Amino acid sequence: MTTNGGAALIKALELEGVDTIFGLPGGAILPVYDPIIDSPIRHILVRHEQGAGHMAEGYAQATGRPGVAMVTSGPGATNIVTPIADAFMDSIPLVVITGQVATAAIGTDAFQEVDIVGITRGITKHNELVTEAADIPRVIREAFHIATTGRPGPVLVDIPKDIVDPTNPRSAMEWYWPETVDLPGYHPRVEGDPALIEAAARLILASERPVVYAGGGILKARAAEALRELAELLDIPVVTTLMARGAIPDDHPLCLGMPGMHGNYTAVTAMQESDLLIALGSRFDDRVTGKLAGFAPDAKIVHVDIDPAELGKVRRPDVGITGDARLVIEELIVALKALGAPDAQPDRSAWKQTISGWQEKYPLTYEQSEPGELLKPQFVLETLRDNTPEDTIVASGVGQHQMFASQYWTFRHPYTWINSGGAGTMGFSVPAAIGAKVGRPDRMVWAVDGDGCFQMTAQELVTAAAERIPVKVAILNNAYLGMVRQWQEMFYEERYSEVYLSPDLPDYKMWAEAMGCVGMRVESPEEVLPAIEKANSIDDRPVVIDFRTDSREKVFPMVPAGRSNSEIQIGPGES
Amino acid sequence: MNLTPSTTKRHHILSVLVENKPGVLARVSGLFARRGYNIFSLAVAPTDDDRLSRITVVVDVESAPLEQIVKQLDKLINVVRIDELAPGDAVERELLLATVSAPADARGQVIELVGVFEGRVLSVGYDEITVSLEGSPRKLDDFTELLGNYGVVALQRTGRVALPRIRRRSAELSALPDAS
Ligand SMILES: Cc1ncc(C[n+]2csc(CCOP(=O)(O)OP(=O)(O)O)c2C)c(N)n1
Ligand SMILES: [Mg+2]
Repeated sequence: MTTNGGAALIKALELEGVDTIFGLPGGAILPVYDPIIDSPIRHILVRHEQGAGHMAEGYAQATGRPGVAMVTSGPGATNIVTPIADAFMDSIPLVVITGQVATAAIGTDAFQEVDIVGITRGITKHNELVTEAADIPRVIREAFHIATTGRPGPVLVDIPKDIVDPTNPRSAMEWYWPETVDLPGYHPRVEGDPALIEAAARLILASERPVVYAGGGILKARAAEALRELAELLDIPVVTTLMARGAIPDDHPLCLGMPGMHGNYTAVTAMQESDLLIALGSRFDDRVTGKLAGFAPDAKIVHVDIDPAELGKVRRPDVGITGDARLVIEELIVALKALGAPDAQPDRSAWKQTISGWQEKYPLTYEQSEPGELLKPQFVLETLRDNTPEDTIVASGVGQHQMFASQYWTFRHPYTWINSGGAGTMGFSVPAAIGAKVGRPDRMVWAVDGDGCFQMTAQELVTAAAERIPVKVAILNNAYLGMVRQWQEMFYEERYSEVYLSPDLPDYKMWAEAMGCVGMRVESPEEVLPAIEKANSIDDRPVVIDFRTDSREKVFPMVPAGRSNSEIQIGPGES
Repeated sequence: MNLTPSTTKRHHILSVLVENKPGVLARVSGLFARRGYNIFSLAVAPTDDDRLSRITVVVDVESAPLEQIVKQLDKLINVVRIDELAPGDAVERELLLATVSAPADARGQVIELVGVFEGRVLSVGYDEITVSLEGSPRKLDDFTELLGNYGVVALQRTGRVALPRIRRRSAELSALPDAS
């Protein structure tokens, strides 16, 4: 069948099972937008290309399917660079299609030409400039394969206008669909080496103070159930990193919650004191380890990761296993049982007691506000948590509100927490929430955002209103770039430099209403619950609640940057 | 003149087979730049298979552990295979071109030196001479140092290319206990 590159591109996306594209057209990508009219694929017209990228990320995180974004060349392409970097850091499968100037114009500084392949080379798992229409089906097939297999990540496909423009002879091609993908340099290893798995099992069975250090790879590998089975079989506690919240339910007796810079005392200290860390799909990020030299000094390391480069990158494992987290955990369970688990383990009751002692002694705490004071962000989050369905998806921005949300939410299911971990991208939450809601329309989706973050991507609520995507946004409005304020307070002698934003400029309620959302403002504790209940009852448009929160509130516990996790500060003035 | 010896413990040779596609060299060099790995020398050319090129890269392992460099390289989709060539296990060659200041009274000495090293005189000018030398990087180092006595006007080395050393004996002979 003779076709053209543009029609072939859309058809290829359909064959890849794409149901939604987040995008915004422009000159170079125009020809591809024409066949979209006749395609069953839903296109969501964003208001800024950054929104398209984060929506695709939110969609991918909520569904496990790759997110797809499509933008034009030049500024359209550069506007989506941040989400690409974000997806790269957090291993989120994305396929980003960028328009490019016609092949003959490449390199001439043509109108809206940028070398987006060059710009994104270091922040994509792979990228490619397609130069012949006939390559389109193959390259799209490969892009999805690369984005979704092995360690997932963003793939960018740059498509010059002439090869998709049906009026240009260069776009003519014979349709085909490659049955297989042939990438001689790409063979991700998914099955763990049995000898190493047995070695890991032996270390685990010999360990007296083991901790499972579960990272985002657990969720990417759909390994939550396997993780739980492993933890329960051995009765070993699990910490869930910022990227793995929900990998084991927070209310599970073995779940210790979040470790790291703002982790809870027990999770941080259990890792510090352990004699064996079983790192599953986690990467010893500096926000988790604190000062590396002082991190878990007595711990041996079993490290399982799909990306062999993670093994030994930061901390040398005693046993490093390359493989898919789910498959390796399943194989590990078999090996453990063969070696006599759960019986053949040392008595760990002292370790368990130590841990529950920490939990009792050092719970997360905050002081309720006095009458007349602004709201405590923790109180808002607790009320929201307790008055939303337990499978609510929470998408957060970056800052104090993100840490509070991760700390105070009770995640009971995997894929209910969506945030920007590795990149820490302000402005992530609103578009990510929208993408998640598109992917999971059956779920309630709340964005927990900061006032600073909200101002970066709020315009996507116009998209949500226009497309009838009823997300809900809780702005924890502390009138500050709060996390930066916290650092200035603690480490710069309260010299506040460029962090004040104002509580009511902009007027968030009016802004929300102007964008077609329901807007509310909440200033006192009594109003919190009614506002949440009202928001929950609205299902035909987005809702924004401006919660006026106390700017003095700081996130604790905290391990100051560059310090050892043993120097964890539990609260203001306490160590 | 900077005479960093080209074969030291810090230097490891990677022979990297890559798909012969546009931008592959940029991917490899970009990876080195981004991760802070130092490249000592780099040589690229197509192989006998026109779908593949071979990049011979000499890396400075003081900038990062070799294992990380190899693993990160291996993540590039277009990288098909990486072999680390330990200095003793590899046949290495490099080409050098140099223009040396050689007025009439020194010309004979330079030509003699080139002869001793089995290099070639490519061009003789009024007071300069251009020579070439192919050989092991060590030999090129020595030659370069000696040329320095005459005043080097311009010097260009290709960076080394390398292949694994092959067996010289038949398998049967190698298998004999005293065949060392
Ligand atoms: C795009 C971007 N710019 C700057 C930063 C640095 N930064 C980290 S948190 C933060 C403050 C965020 O303010 P807000 O959204 O109000 O959240 P809060 O900390 O007050 O809860 C800033 C500026 C960032 N992470 N991302
Ligand atoms: Mg704020």
